[in-house]
Amino acid sequence: MNHITPAIPAPDAIPHEEPSYLTAERGIGSWLLTTDHKRIALLYMAALTAFFFIGGAGAVAIRLELFTPKADVLTADGYNRMFTLHGTVMIWFFLVPSIPTTLGNFLIPLMVGARDLAFPRLNLLSWYLFIFAGAVLIYALVAGGVDTGWTFYTPFSTTFSNGYVLLAGLAIILAGFSSIATGVNFLATIHLLRAPGMGWFRLPLFAWAIYGTSLVMVLATPVLTAVLLLVIAERGFGLPVFDPSRGGDPLLFQHLFWFYSHPAVYIMILPSFGVISEIVTCFSRRNVFGYDFMVYAILWIAIAGFLVWGHHMFVSGQSIYASLAFSFLSFVIAVPSAIKVFNWTFTLYRGQITFEAPMLYAVGFIGLFTIGGLTGLFLASIPIDVHVSDTYYVVGHFHFIMVGGAVSAFYGGLSFWWPKITGRKYPMTWARFAAILMFFGFGFTFFPMFIMGYLGMPRRYQVYPEEFQVWHVMSSAGAVLLAGAYLLPMGYLAWSVFWGEKAEDDPWNATGLEWSTSSPPPRDNFRTPPEVDEGPYFYHPEGEGPGHDHGDPHRDQVRTP
Amino acid sequence: MSGALREPWRSLRRQREAAAFGTWIFLGGEAMLFAGLILAFAVMRALHPAGFILAGRETEVALGTANTAILLTSSLTMAVAAEAARAELRRATLWGMGLTLALGAAFLAVKGFEWSSDLEKHLFPGDGFALAEPSAQIFFALYWIMTSLHAMHMLGGMTVVAWLGWQAWRRARPLRSPAFEAAALYWHLVDIVWIVLYPLLYLGGRAP
Ligand code: HEM
Ligand SMILES: [Cu+2]
Repeated sequence: MNHITPAIPAPDAIPHEEPSYLTAERGIGSWLLTTDHKRIALLYMAALTAFFFIGGAGAVAIRLELFTPKADVLTADGYNRMFTLHGTVMIWFFLVPSIPTTLGNFLIPLMVGARDLAFPRLNLLSWYLFIFAGAVLIYALVAGGVDTGWTFYTPFSTTFSNGYVLLAGLAIILAGFSSIATGVNFLATIHLLRAPGMGWFRLPLFAWAIYGTSLVMVLATPVLTAVLLLVIAERGFGLPVFDPSRGGDPLLFQHLFWFYSHPAVYIMILPSFGVISEIVTCFSRRNVFGYDFMVYAILWIAIAGFLVWGHHMFVSGQSIYASLAFSFLSFVIAVPSAIKVFNWTFTLYRGQITFEAPMLYAVGFIGLFTIGGLTGLFLASIPIDVHVSDTYYVVGHFHFIMVGGAVSAFYGGLSFWWPKITGRKYPMTWARFAAILMFFGFGFTFFPMFIMGYLGMPRRYQVYPEEFQVWHVMSSAGAVLLAGAYLLPMGYLAWSVFWGEKAEDDPWNATGLEWSTSSPPPRDNFRTPPEVDEGPYFYHPEGEGPGHDHGDPHRDQVRTP
Repeated sequence: MSGALREPWRSLRRQREAAAFGTWIFLGGEAMLFAGLILAFAVMRALHPAGFILAGRETEVALGTANTAILLTSSLTMAVAAEAARAELRRATLWGMGLTLALGAAFLAVKGFEWSSDLEKHLFPGDGFALAEPSAQIFFALYWIMTSLHAMHMLGGMTVVAWLGWQAWRRARPLRSPAFEAAALYWHLVDIVWIVLYPLLYLGGRAP
């Protein structure tokens, strides 16, 4: 692609005189009322950073408390509130929106060759909804606290809990509206705003990943809204649906909740698949292996993700036949994830790999995601799950995917597209160091969880038998490293905005429409509307193996003056 | 004419397509929202068939039927308004939207009477509930949740129709704007949801 035919000759031939989206308008109002997808991406980035700190504070409290077997930092109630704060904030206010609303918002119009998202004002509205929802949630968590865990299981949440469950539920419903609006916007953009020549199978895999994510967002989130409305009705208005003492069915809650929440884990991981595909292909100078299969795998995951929710309910007393079916389907959905891992590996094979910081994050991702996914298969096996359900094994599993996977990919994607977003380069040595530190910090924090979980350490407990202390100490110590690795990039990335070297338009020699415009892009993304006549990756010529004698994409990108 | 064309679109036809497409996707989500609730209803009905039949006889079938007729008619007037807007027939658009609003308000008024009669008959779950059978309370829990959520959707739809109608009346929005069709699609969804709720809530208990 990137073979850009200037449809209209550029009006003035003086390059780089035109202001970028960052300088096109000034003043706080030009940010808070902007409909530019690139600025909205930065607004989201600011909000998500704040929520990452708040959720992180919850993690610090948990890890501090678990340093010793006794309760010494928090009350029992305080501990429950902390892990609820950590879970609700990290899931709905950090990880679900993370890559889609920041990198997705910024890149999707650039990647498909559009001037903006399909509904720019809806995009801004969804940011305000998100901020408002976040404020409501923080108020609920601070004013009264919520002690249900992020799962809001009934009848505890509807009948017994003393916290601000109603308000927290409302906040999550509002955040859901924001998610749905974002999903609708991406779907409409990818369907209807592709540049001339940009066929479906010329879309970069990141765009495909966001497409799959958006489908899940639009179809799954409303079910969460429905189940939270039922919780609110029962708790706030005494309308019985789940309360077993009045004939209700608490398992119905779990079914509806996980009907959303299992697809939601794919909302969290699919975007990172897209990021990793872009990074791996670029830094191994090799076209993505099996592009078509990567696309089908994304769609397969997005659809089959709706069929496996019952694997969260193996110990709930659901019918054994249901459990068998859900167990089988959970193995089925592991197949497309495995396809992706194999295809990344084959992309690396015989590539000319260089280990820039984004690539370090990406290879770290592949390893950690693989462990997370494989432990998921253990959990999908009913006899093993009965043993480790509700233990730290589960906590280890989902953190390997959500933190080792999705958060690493977020940092990797950020470091990959940072020069495009800001027009600045960051210090590579620091970035490499941070990426490696994140890998090891992560391992020390979360790997012990598999062991202690297998040995029987239950989750969500503040006090525990002394035999587990060694693993908890290891985990808490690792968390310090991990926190350092998360903070470092915030430092050097911020530094780079002011003092970093100016970035070229295509600092990594990557292919893809976004690299063909200036860094940072102008307000309208492209000076001349792009036309596309090639696929997204051309790191080596069609039909030939990757070249070993040259490091550039095989065709120069034709840039408009 | 460029009044209806907005960033980032280059052609009105494409923009109209996008408005319809986006609305359809959104309606898919809305359908999942009500599907979740209707699933809960179906599960509960399967668990407690006797209580649900008993409770289903207590709803105000006359008012519910009248409301079904009102809402179906409003979908007709809304469809007329959207088509008229596309053909740039100003008077027909304004009439269509005005009638839609009036019918929407009539629906909510009837619903209000129905709710107040339900309250008088002690059909709100809790102490002093009219029926002895405990699962009848679950039927009415879902009745209140689903009808009020539907009414909220009606209010939302009426706000949009009123806003667009007002803009059309003041000539602040060109009639070719895709918003009229999007609003109509939304209105029809609210209608369809009711068409599902009506048999569940009003007819289910009355089958011979
Ligand atoms: C520095 C990084 C992190 C540390 C040290 C950490 C630590 C923990 C610990 C110890 C628990 C177990 C609490 C318990 O059940 O007793 C936990 C739960 C959890 N964490 Fe993390 N976490 C971190 C990052 C994240 C991130 C980035 C996410 C989101 C993507 C996340 C999502 C969750 C979720 C969903 C739970 C379950 C909460 C619940 O069951 O109530 N964590 N975390
Ligand atoms: Cu799951």
